[in-house]
Amino acid sequence: MINTKSSAIRTEEMVLNMGPQHPSTHGVLRLELALEGEIITKVTPHIGYLHRCFEKHCEAMTYPQIVPYTDRMDYLASMGNELGYAVAMEKLLGIEVPQRVEYIRVIMAELQRIASHLVALGTYGADIGAFTPFLYCFRDREKILHLFEITCGARLLYNYIWVGGLSHDLHPDFVRKTRDFIKEFKPTIKELNDILSYNKIFIDRTANVGILPVKTAINFGVSGPNLRASGIKWDIRKDDPYSVYSKFDFDIPVGKGTHGTVGDSWDRYFVRILEMEESLKIIEQALDQLPDGDVQSAIPKRIKPNAGHVYGRVENPRGELGYFIISDGSTTPYRVKVRAPSFVTLQILGELCKGYMIADVITILGSIDIVLGEIDR
Amino acid sequence: MMYDFFVDLFGNTVIAGIASGILMSLLPLFLFILPYALFAVLAERKVSAHMQDRLGPMRIGWHGWNQTIADIIKLIQKEDIVASDTDKPLFNFAPVLVFAGSYAAFAAIPFSSYYIGSEVDLGIFYIIAVTGLVVAGILMAGWASNNKYSLLGSMRSVAQIVSYEIPTMLVVLSLVMVSETMSLHTLSEMQTGYFWNWYIFGGPGFSLTKFLLIPSMLIGFIIIYISTLAEVNRVPFDIPEAESELVAGYHTEYSGMKFAMFFLAEYANMYAVSAIVAALFFGGYQSPVGYLGNLLGVEWLIPIEQFLWFAAKGLFFVFVQMWLRWTLPRLRVDQLMAVSWKYLIPIAFVNLIVIGFITLI
Repeated sequence: MINTKSSAIRTEEMVLNMGPQHPSTHGVLRLELALEGEIITKVTPHIGYLHRCFEKHCEAMTYPQIVPYTDRMDYLASMGNELGYAVAMEKLLGIEVPQRVEYIRVIMAELQRIASHLVALGTYGADIGAFTPFLYCFRDREKILHLFEITCGARLLYNYIWVGGLSHDLHPDFVRKTRDFIKEFKPTIKELNDILSYNKIFIDRTANVGILPVKTAINFGVSGPNLRASGIKWDIRKDDPYSVYSKFDFDIPVGKGTHGTVGDSWDRYFVRILEMEESLKIIEQALDQLPDGDVQSAIPKRIKPNAGHVYGRVENPRGELGYFIISDGSTTPYRVKVRAPSFVTLQILGELCKGYMIADVITILGSIDIVLGEIDR
Repeated sequence: MMYDFFVDLFGNTVIAGIASGILMSLLPLFLFILPYALFAVLAERKVSAHMQDRLGPMRIGWHGWNQTIADIIKLIQKEDIVASDTDKPLFNFAPVLVFAGSYAAFAAIPFSSYYIGSEVDLGIFYIIAVTGLVVAGILMAGWASNNKYSLLGSMRSVAQIVSYEIPTMLVVLSLVMVSETMSLHTLSEMQTGYFWNWYIFGGPGFSLTKFLLIPSMLIGFIIIYISTLAEVNRVPFDIPEAESELVAGYHTEYSGMKFAMFFLAEYANMYAVSAIVAALFFGGYQSPVGYLGNLLGVEWLIPIEQFLWFAAKGLFFVFVQMWLRWTLPRLRVDQLMAVSWKYLIPIAFVNLIVIGFITLI
């Protein structure tokens, strides 16, 4: 628009709505971008398109009924969500679960972590324009989903980890098939590194883009791979061990700034690759040590905790997933509050994107790996 | 030339005149571009599928070979949606212009020694000029759509095509210096004989110049291949239609047959630039190893063989484009500009000077 009164041409910022229908917002997220040419001056995320009243709904359900609904929060890491709920509830009830249950839970959670990271890495490649790694990742994720399917019959929303136990014991083929998967999967990590991680164009696009300083990360409460990529060794599996994680030997990979600055998008990407390798280590150890036992012996007949509250947290693929549960002594919770890692992570988007270009918003959004199902709940 | 061919074949000037006239005007469109586009779209899907552990289209016809035809029929039947608040004349004209620009380039491309649409002396110059129309069409499409994504896509596209035309032209200029002709037909004729006469191997004849030229020609080939890749908006330079950023770039708002025209133009363009690279550096329609027609003493077989050789060379480069597309990520806008202005143009310029000195010797 030209201001007719003065001879100078007036320029103004362009506001671009990215989403909710956009191929790279990873769900129904709307980003309001203020643009100066192609440079971002402000990013305003608008959330809530996927809101399903999970927390309020919990107050109307008995404790075991909540489990299937936790699946639907972070739908790429349902096993992790269930595990978090089970950990919190068992802490509230004071239940000891059999060792076999704990081992199976760890195996499932780590398989889920690999599956979730595969989606994150694959879609990240697709965001940057490399479509082929995306399908390689989904091919491998499909094998994990098959393992889940033979275990509990569902591919994405399992309702598998119950308070005090599991819905099914392992399928007789599970151990063999999981070992086969690990054997097949190790070379494909290398393949993914060759085709994407160390690609010159990919490094140019991601290194030094969207640098998250440690201080900002801590101030915003970022957790999970995003925090570790900034160089902080913080992992609940090690620092506040739950289930049987303390029995396994594994490393916590952190960002090193190999191709740029510590905490850039490439670091966030690569930490996830390294984490998949660590998860494989955990699964191998858990399969070796897997004890026998009944997986349903500790499931309480009727869950009616004493009045009180509990906070249980687990390390989900996207960071610290916490359940704050208040019980008033009845069979339904008084309040369930979820600390969703993606919700926290999304808050840093505005900080990270300032001064970068439109293409970098996609890079940064992909690298912080959010799931809208968890943000909106 | 087509006329001469038919006179040889029929021995009657009237029939030859009519037949050559019809063929001359229709051959590129109906005998080459359309079948090629149908084939290339399917090939793209099949190539990508097999690179990605998939099968690709399998349902329609044997291994899905009818898929593109079904898609085109679907696109023809679709409602022609024109959003409100678009600049309608420009919106409707843009796909035509883009298609016309890329189709017109085929007029000066020599498919064989007997078939060349129009043997203009400034063939290569004409092609570079006429493909410039595509830029205008893309800008029109982006502006007329009244969509911010389209506008961003078209602006990126124009900046990209204009930037990458410079290295292309510098390389073409060096070829023109060596061969002293601008006609693609003459250029192809000069590279006759065996493959060591191709310009990628220094050109015809055995002299010191030829061997001095080989490294420069290799550099020239690499530069022109990269920059033509950018000119037809292919990965890693597909920024104008960057699917994950700009939805579909300048053709976001187009549907039905208008979209199909953009699509067709893209594939026609892919072949056009491959054909130019083949004509400049890889002997054009010349066979690398000699002709079956010469061996058997059947004169009329030679042009057909030449046509097949030319198609094969072009399709090979199209295949390489697809290969790159399904392997590489995409550059960012500023990085894309840096590749052209910081690397390709200076190298191409130095290369031009070096080739100039060598030709002086």
